[in-house]
Amino acid sequence: MAPVVDTLRLTAEQAAALLERREISPAELREAYFEAIAERDGELHCYLRTTETAEGDGVPIALKDVISTKGVETTAGSRILAGYVPVFDATVAARVKAAGLSLLGKTNTDEFAMGSSTENSAYGPSRNPWDPTRVPGGSGGGSAAAVTAGLAPWALGSDTGGSIKQPSALCGNVGLRPTYGSVSRYGVVAFASSLDQIGPVAKTVRDVALLYSIIAGRDPLDSTTAELPEPVRLPEDDSLAGLRIGVPTELNEAEGIEPGVRDAVRRTLELAEELGAEVGECSLPRSVRYGLPCYYLIAPAEASSNLARYDGIRYGARAEGSSYQEVVERTRDEGFGDEPKRRIMLGTYALSAGYYDAYYGQAQKVRTLIIEEHREALERFDLLACPTSPTVAFPLGERADDPLAMYAADLLTIPSCLAGLPGLSIPCGLSDGLPVGLQLIGPQFGENTLFRAGHALEQALGFDTVPERWR
Amino acid sequence: MPISRDDVLHVARLARLALTEDEVERLTHELADIVEAVGIVAELDLEGVPPTSHPRGLVNVMDDDEPRPPLPLEDVLANAPDHEGNLFRVPAWRQ
Amino acid sequence: MSWEPVIGLEIHVQLKTKTKMFCRCPVGFGAGENTQTCPVCLGFPGALPVTNRVAVEWTILLGLALDCTIAERAVFARKNYFYPDLPKGYQISQYDLPLCKDGKMLVPTADGDRVIGIVRAHLEEDAAKTVHVGGSTGRIGGAAWSLVDYNRGGTPLVEIVTAPDLHSPEEAKRFLQLLRQTIVELGISDAEMEKGTLRVDANVSVRPAGSDELRTRTEIKNMNSFTFIARGIEAEVERQIAVWEAGEEVRQETYDFDAATGRLTPRRAKEEADDYRYFPEPDLVPVEPDRRLVERLRAELPELPAARIRRIEGELGLERAIVLVTGGLDRLWQETVEAGADALAAANVVANNLVRAGVDPELVSPKELAKLVGARERIPRVAFDEAIARLGEPGFSADPYLAREAVSDVAALDPLVDAILAAHPEQVAAYRGGKEGLLGFFVGQVMRETDGTANPRVVSDLLREKLAG
Ligand SMILES: [Mg+2]
Ligand SMILES: [Zn+2]
Repeated sequence: MAPVVDTLRLTAEQAAALLERREISPAELREAYFEAIAERDGELHCYLRTTETAEGDGVPIALKDVISTKGVETTAGSRILAGYVPVFDATVAARVKAAGLSLLGKTNTDEFAMGSSTENSAYGPSRNPWDPTRVPGGSGGGSAAAVTAGLAPWALGSDTGGSIKQPSALCGNVGLRPTYGSVSRYGVVAFASSLDQIGPVAKTVRDVALLYSIIAGRDPLDSTTAELPEPVRLPEDDSLAGLRIGVPTELNEAEGIEPGVRDAVRRTLELAEELGAEVGECSLPRSVRYGLPCYYLIAPAEASSNLARYDGIRYGARAEGSSYQEVVERTRDEGFGDEPKRRIMLGTYALSAGYYDAYYGQAQKVRTLIIEEHREALERFDLLACPTSPTVAFPLGERADDPLAMYAADLLTIPSCLAGLPGLSIPCGLSDGLPVGLQLIGPQFGENTLFRAGHALEQALGFDTVPERWR
Repeated sequence: MPISRDDVLHVARLARLALTEDEVERLTHELADIVEAVGIVAELDLEGVPPTSHPRGLVNVMDDDEPRPPLPLEDVLANAPDHEGNLFRVPAWRQ
Repeated sequence: MSWEPVIGLEIHVQLKTKTKMFCRCPVGFGAGENTQTCPVCLGFPGALPVTNRVAVEWTILLGLALDCTIAERAVFARKNYFYPDLPKGYQISQYDLPLCKDGKMLVPTADGDRVIGIVRAHLEEDAAKTVHVGGSTGRIGGAAWSLVDYNRGGTPLVEIVTAPDLHSPEEAKRFLQLLRQTIVELGISDAEMEKGTLRVDANVSVRPAGSDELRTRTEIKNMNSFTFIARGIEAEVERQIAVWEAGEEVRQETYDFDAATGRLTPRRAKEEADDYRYFPEPDLVPVEPDRRLVERLRAELPELPAARIRRIEGELGLERAIVLVTGGLDRLWQETVEAGADALAAANVVANNLVRAGVDPELVSPKELAKLVGARERIPRVAFDEAIARLGEPGFSADPYLAREAVSDVAALDPLVDAILAAHPEQVAAYRGGKEGLLGFFVGQVMRETDGTANPRVVSDLLREKLAG
């Protein structure tokens, strides 16, 4: 008789232990998640589709629907990819399979990972497990909500400007955006190639580290990847002795940071000092003022090109038309939702003749400044800390008609993404009964330091990842 | 630089988006707001600053010229909305 | 007023690497449609390009042969436009930082070397192949459907852009012949226009002779042989001169050359101006060629065609030297001469008889060929022709053919010549009436009757003597 597992509390590490001790069979474990999905996904809409049968006898996993899965429909949350069934696995999908993890299903995302609320999914929004009238964040709201709601022990997301870290913050779990180039993008539906990274979402820092160790490392199919300079270490230490944590003023006092968010982060930094860390102020003046504008030039420009392949010839939806041009224009008009169209338009404009130097070219130079600012700060400090999101989860629909307000949700996650640096979000408290995320930013390939700090704080904070309404 | 309706139509043509009249109207306003907001990057004098197109300084990542098996034909065509024999089919280019 | 053509060329060369530019699908002709494709060259979501190292090295090699500066840092860029044969909606090419630039090629002429500037040589991927069906005209405009085969898509292409330094259609043709031979000898491409592995577009303008102004230019596409290139440019030059002389303006346009009619057809103006929105390809990292690699490749460069033309023209004259070198025949010629053959006679046999017989010069033994060249006048023509045709066979020996003597005995030929003249009274009358070109006709008749064994010189002397009488 298998134990009754509480998927709301079960970590991936615990699940692996149960499997290893044969206290539960792989099928029983999957069944527990499908029961949870049956119970709660109707309300939350984390999954676009589940996979009742899957290979692998390890811990089950959910994958964001931008990750190509051989034989399983992959839509990137878009109508234009409705019915598209990849004939190959993304490298990260292949790596989790090779590690024995079995696929539970594909999670909801803002269309082409463009958004901060998962409301831009063509298949309807996901909801926040803490308060279903609120958004789970985005674009990886489906993965983040699924982990918090016990619908998957862990999941993979993709992060271009905050799409792993921000939903984790809003849903009260742990999310890692790895160093650019440490995880293969091969087979992941591209949004902005120089920014996209794949990373884990889980309930604990140790789970995140474990999943990161499975997916990271050089992939010959992705020219921008590199081998990790040191192996991933699962964190155990409860002390922060000797760790220097920088607190960038602008990222902690930016306009729009809610008082409850600021307080939770401040308390956590005090706790870090008690654990032995040296906490000091630093400054990233241009990264905050120009980060968001820089990002909203570079990412849409790359996206406008990456989304050019959706023309209705080789795959995906196709609209009728009497000529090639008509087919392509109608396919794209009917297939893309508002946000991809907005970004395609913006990016095309930023790259077009006469505007390139003022917009895209200038943004690439700003990016150089942002990289340098971060490098200088990280010479003095081992890590930087600030809120992940300026606010807690906001109500569905609140920002849906205001693109600029929606873009501001990523104000604090974007600068380090532009710099290619890893960032870890851990839950650090509640504000108005909703989770607040602390963002830790490390140097390139500084994931082990992020894991160490995140784990020590996690232990000291004792944050309960189960939403109050389900306790 | 304010965005005009003509800019929107021109960009939509470049991007191959057959926008509806409503969309053109809405995007003209939205893009104007966004471009104004992101346009502050122009404040900075970045003479001499090199552009970054890639956040890590990798160079010379190349592969040997050794063939690997292509996709089976059934996989090539598996998702094709339309094909004739082994060829993808699409209405012809309008001259 | 006399006019001077100003011509620049844009040449695309398909490299014969084993795999494509950015994926490891095999490259090759004749495979089943869409069977040499993968997620990368089909532009499937999430697929990423990986650069072919050999393609990069070969482009550097070509750049060195064209005396280019090899970039310290070359960057691939996306060229964005929509077309059914372009699966990603962009072509990966190079833009502001090409692998090779600022080169030159020397074209030997009777008045010294012409220096043709090479603006750049960069690496990019080829488009797929589209077939148009269902239309009434068979042309793209009348077709109802396009059928796409992505096998060719992604094949490495080198694009070479010349400065507008060419000033006549013949010069353009000669430049291309030399360039083609250079490419073939480097072993990086078949460079065959008929197969499409070498493609040429020409930018043409004219200006008053002696001026250095640059007037509006037009572009000619779709010329699939060197002869058509020269003809297409010629036709466009004449058209532009006529336009200017009529007091009108040449407009910037693109033309297709129709080989069948020799006419230029303007392409319909595009719906919007080209705006390719180039930007650095974020899926690839820059190429920074190692200087040691560049120097090693430079050291590997063989003696180039233009230099060889200069070296052998003293013996042969410029035109013959060009024919031999651009035909890839000069090495065989050289060795045949070294084996004892007369230089001019060997040049004629190699450039004419051997080419006509379709013999691969690589397979020919210069020693045997030298024997044949020496015996050419002496042995029967059939024997000579047969020997030439079999020169490429393994273990070929000229000796049996050398043993066959031509019939030079006048007494033996005399009755036959008489009989032939008697059988063709009209031609005899015409000859005597002044059509002396008919001599060849009579010689041919005699050769046929003797199965080619008669000595042609003896036969023509005999004929001339009898016809005069
Ligand atoms: Mg080209
Ligand atoms: Zn391929």
